[in-house]
Amino acid sequence: MSEASLEKGIQALKEQIDAPVAAFFSSCTHCGMCADACLFYTENKDPEFVPIHKVEPMRRIWEQEYTLVGRAKKLLGLSKKVTDEELQEWQHLVYDSCTLCGRCSMVCPVGNDISSMIRKMREGMAASGNAPPGLIGASTRSVEIGSPMGVRLPAVQAQIKHAVKETGLEYPMDRVGAEYLVLLSSMEIMNYPEYLQAIAKILHSAGKTWTLSSKAFEATNSGIQIGSSDIAAELVSRVVNAADELKVGTVISPECGHAYTAIRWDGPNLVGKKFGFKVQHILEVLDELRAAGLLKTEGMEDDKLTFHDPCQLVRKGGVIEQPRNLLKMIASDFVEMEDAGVMNWCCGAGGGVSANENADEIRLKAFDRKKKQLDGLGVDALVTACANCRIHLEDGLEDNEMDLPVLGLTEMLAEHLVKESDSSEEKANDISN
Amino acid sequence: MNSAEFLLWVRGTGLQIATVIFVFGIIVRFLEILSLGRKENLAEHRGSGVSQGIRTMFSRSIPIDKNTARRSMFTFLTGYVFHIGLFVVIFLLAPHISFFKSILGFAWPSISTPIVDFFAVLTMVSLLAVLYRRITHPVLKTLSTSQDYFVWLLTFIPVLTGYMSYHHLLLPYNWMLGTHILSVELMLIFFPFTKLTHAFTLFLARWYTGSLAGQKGVKS
Repeated sequence: MSEASLEKGIQALKEQIDAPVAAFFSSCTHCGMCADACLFYTENKDPEFVPIHKVEPMRRIWEQEYTLVGRAKKLLGLSKKVTDEELQEWQHLVYDSCTLCGRCSMVCPVGNDISSMIRKMREGMAASGNAPPGLIGASTRSVEIGSPMGVRLPAVQAQIKHAVKETGLEYPMDRVGAEYLVLLSSMEIMNYPEYLQAIAKILHSAGKTWTLSSKAFEATNSGIQIGSSDIAAELVSRVVNAADELKVGTVISPECGHAYTAIRWDGPNLVGKKFGFKVQHILEVLDELRAAGLLKTEGMEDDKLTFHDPCQLVRKGGVIEQPRNLLKMIASDFVEMEDAGVMNWCCGAGGGVSANENADEIRLKAFDRKKKQLDGLGVDALVTACANCRIHLEDGLEDNEMDLPVLGLTEMLAEHLVKESDSSEEKANDISN
Repeated sequence: MNSAEFLLWVRGTGLQIATVIFVFGIIVRFLEILSLGRKENLAEHRGSGVSQGIRTMFSRSIPIDKNTARRSMFTFLTGYVFHIGLFVVIFLLAPHISFFKSILGFAWPSISTPIVDFFAVLTMVSLLAVLYRRITHPVLKTLSTSQDYFVWLLTFIPVLTGYMSYHHLLLPYNWMLGTHILSVELMLIFFPFTKLTHAFTLFLARWYTGSLAGQKGVKS
């Protein structure tokens, strides 16, 4: 990253202030309702965690630069300047205690999109050198190595080798003209290699062509999390270049929430142009295959299951029905958590929190909210569709000594795929009929 | 200045000054906001930003999510009571309607004064409850600035002085009525430059949030 300074931070914040931000600041009545929607406040009870307070330095810059009264006060020397010390102090509020989950934005009575403001606030924090060390490390590794966890291509190739042995399927790399470009998250490469195998099985049985890219296999975007549009744009453009070079029709964002926001919604705005290909979350692809009759499953899970909605999929992405449609195919006893869907509570570790050691204590405390949702539900397993949620859910469950397996939906579906021999028999029957 | 001159001034010059500042102030605030602009969303839209934007402009007035309403019950309840109370008191009291008629040229039905009186009391009780919470609740203490208390006074005093005029309390009627009108004028003058602007800008805020959510296919 380029040399950080307070001036750069303030400049970055000024650039972030647009009409929506000005409308939001003009409308806030300090009612405090956003606190009740924030799991960091409800579980830690620290009044500083009230979401709108997390953008207070940006509010003052807006007032001093973009309002008549604020400018007059500044001229008269009556306004309080934003200082480096203050921003340093705010790091705990802007990064450690916010996953950009967006629940506050859903409940604000005047309609303020508070989480988008916190995302903007992070631009000023990063540019002024006030981002947490964990996220600076992750962003640096993303830019230099290509993955926030430092995963290099050989590690992916090793995974592929293993997957070929396990499944006997082809894992194409850099195949031009494939229908789908499959992206992965580092978390999947390191902790959940079954995901890649599941995708290969499902797409193979659906008769779809796909490929990985040696130049862009990583889907997660640390630039979004730390709040650096430059870094975020660089990471998105790697995927865009790969997708354009390989002439794919659709880029599949993996089981990861922020990766989806980064490439699907922020991506075109970061690189400043519309994409020449589609971007879909893996759950959208699977649900489309289901609807087209190309995802054939057999057998049902007898276990009582529930689904944890990743924040970025429901509140920021509109992917709500798809996992439910898919679960219906394979789960005979599916129950919803209280607040499931668009108002689901965050796992507590998205938005860069999992990469930020400073947040470890409060993130585990925030997990109490998930515990409350699960308590009394009596489920045998928890299903989700985000590798980052998954690892943190496992962490939180272990911390609370709760013995509950956490499953990835794509992998579950792959396990229930109609066996190849059965489906070829079916095809033969279809033809003879 | 005697009471008749005072009343004449607040009804004439005072009102003119306050109205001009109020109207120009609101226009300036809207220009300040709109001139900052918003970049076009280049991501392929999944749904209509326009229809969700319009929906959100109204839906945020209703506690759609039951659990959210339950968690923030105090804020919801007091918020509803004093906002509805203010609406009734400002727009449905017969003398206020004649005042609006003198400016706008048309009138609408009023409701009986004792009922409006009841709403005035309800509004004041609710505003006092809100103030008590602001002073005592840790979250609100963190958020509150001197402007929050100033704006509370700007809202409360017109209701209180209106109530006292009607009941002929404390001051002779003309003085109290003049004070009531003056307090409303002060509120109008500060309106555009304080958080009172939310009464207008919240529609912009809801529109921006709702339309972006709608483009993503999210019901916000």
